[in-house]
Amino acid sequence: MGLDIRVPIGLMFVILGLLLGGFGIFSDPALYARSLGVNVNLWWGIALVVFGGGFLGLSRRRG
Amino acid sequence: MSLTFIDWLIMAVYFAFVLGIGAALKRFMKTSDDFFLAGRSMPAWVAGLAFISANLGAQEVIGMAASGAKYGIATSHFYWIGAIPAMVFVGLFMMPFYYGSRARSVPEYLRLRFNEQTRALNAVSFAAMTVFSSGISMYAMAKLIVTLHIFDGLCAAAGIPAAWIFHVSIIVSALIVLIYIFLGGLTSAIYNEVLQFFLIVAGFLPLVWLGLKDVGGWEGLTARLPDPSFAHSWVGMGSPQTNAFGVEWFGLAMGLGFVLSFGYWCTDFLVVQRAMAADSMSAARRTPLIAALPKMLMPFLVILPGLIAVSLAAGAAQPARIVEGVALEAAAQPGGRGIIPVKMEPGTDRPALDSEGKPQLDYDMAIPMMLLHYFPTGLLGLGLTALLASFMSGMAGNVTAFNTVWTYDIYQSYIKPNASDQHYLWMGHMATVFGIGLSVLAAYAATRFNNIMDMLQLVFAFVNAPLFATFLLGMFWKRATGHGAFFGLLAGIAAAAVHHGMTLPAGAVCGIKGGWAVVVHHYPSEMAQNFWTAIWAWCVCFGVTIAVSLLTRPRPDNELVGLVYSLTEKPEEDRLPWLRRPAALGIAVLVCTLALNLIFW
Repeated sequence: MGLDIRVPIGLMFVILGLLLGGFGIFSDPALYARSLGVNVNLWWGIALVVFGGGFLGLSRRRG
Repeated sequence: MSLTFIDWLIMAVYFAFVLGIGAALKRFMKTSDDFFLAGRSMPAWVAGLAFISANLGAQEVIGMAASGAKYGIATSHFYWIGAIPAMVFVGLFMMPFYYGSRARSVPEYLRLRFNEQTRALNAVSFAAMTVFSSGISMYAMAKLIVTLHIFDGLCAAAGIPAAWIFHVSIIVSALIVLIYIFLGGLTSAIYNEVLQFFLIVAGFLPLVWLGLKDVGGWEGLTARLPDPSFAHSWVGMGSPQTNAFGVEWFGLAMGLGFVLSFGYWCTDFLVVQRAMAADSMSAARRTPLIAALPKMLMPFLVILPGLIAVSLAAGAAQPARIVEGVALEAAAQPGGRGIIPVKMEPGTDRPALDSEGKPQLDYDMAIPMMLLHYFPTGLLGLGLTALLASFMSGMAGNVTAFNTVWTYDIYQSYIKPNASDQHYLWMGHMATVFGIGLSVLAAYAATRFNNIMDMLQLVFAFVNAPLFATFLLGMFWKRATGHGAFFGLLAGIAAAAVHHGMTLPAGAVCGIKGGWAVVVHHYPSEMAQNFWTAIWAWCVCFGVTIAVSLLTRPRPDNELVGLVYSLTEKPEEDRLPWLRRPAALGIAVLVCTLALNLIFW
């Protein structure tokens, strides 16, 4: 109805992914001791950007 | 808990999108159909994800993880037996009547098929139930925010005393839900439910991955579990004495898998409303089937964290190590299991004790403790936002169902019939406001009168248990009459109350748990008593509806076209590609569910 839901979903996850990933790049590695040494902010941030981008791509491709 | 700016920023982004969707949809709300039924314009995938997300409230995320920590993988019965078959049934066999009859709500279908009394009974009980459910969700969220000190830092910075955080949490959550539903109606609720669904997956998926990686995968997890039966769903279900539920397979299959599950998924307007908003009959039928796919996998997202929570620090593969592990854990946190803390007496620092004098564990803390255990700042903000989103989707689902049933089935039917469409649109907005207001009152009632809330939920359980018998006979037996349905429902409710009053779970005292009339039977567990109460209610309703229907005059066939299976044209789906055929989707879903049951047998 009027609004293509894929646009806000895609936008939100791209923004959240950029925030998480950006924080992951610049944060202290010691922060990730509790997540088994994995920089989960960076990797999950990248995953969210890809997911959100996929939704934005779908909304453009299918009008 | 110390949250940092990145955590607050993630929460702020989410809430901005939630409110933004409501604001963007405001200009499309021109008629009552737009507001209450989303203009019947939702594609199947959107309606399907909203169908599952409306049910993905606090009870699902917090409650199922808690149950996973307490009972193990057997909790998956609430999905693979207690949801999927019913979702397939409503999609294949019931949506043609709900959607095809153009009924605007489930109570309205009851009026079209039966009579005004049956509709009134269902509408009034459902409206009351949704308000209380929304209030309980609100209360649980505020309590969790206080327990985890989520907003302590923010409130301190804003000069708000710590004692007010509970009240601020309730008011802010109520305002957010109010704004986005008031502006965008059901469309806004559905769009936000889809957003919340993806956010919940995004927030909890890393938790499962980190937890499994930490314990050494599925094999490592099963080796660490406090009880080997935690890794099996059906082993031990032959007798109530050999499984943690205290239920035998028949009580589980009939009570949970048939009566309660079909009673909820096939007749509860909260979820059915999402399918009614679909843009075509085919989309409406596919809505519950599309929802069944993620629903089937949900145990891996919410039950696994509970299992991991009890396995952490509970020792390694050797039995002796497990004992030592528990002892070590007990030294760190008396009576705790894994990272599950001991439940404390409200307002004290004394542990709550069970009937045997042992400390009770606070299983509801399984998911929050896992978030705190594994997530660094940043991802913690995402996880907590997902948790808050689950509470809000439950609240919003209840409020949209309430405003529709209030406006169409109570206000338009009994208070002000024949008003203009714009008047009912205005009433929908007002119903949203007082629905939220009543939810806030219910949340405060839960803080003061715990027993009253238990009592209300019990009464609603009595009302819901027989309901599916009424719908089943109404849709598949054209001889069923309005009098039969009404008196069958009343008899079913009475049977549930009588059964509850004459039975008691083991270890319980007479009162709210049952046995308030005379105790003639003891059940091994409260769950067994609940399942059998539902079975009795359903059977009595079924029998009385048939008996009274045979004694009363049925409606002529021409009045039942589109309302009864034998008098309704079957939907054509031969020309659809097989992936879009509801029957093919339904079979695929059932085969996958059967496979999951066998894998985790």
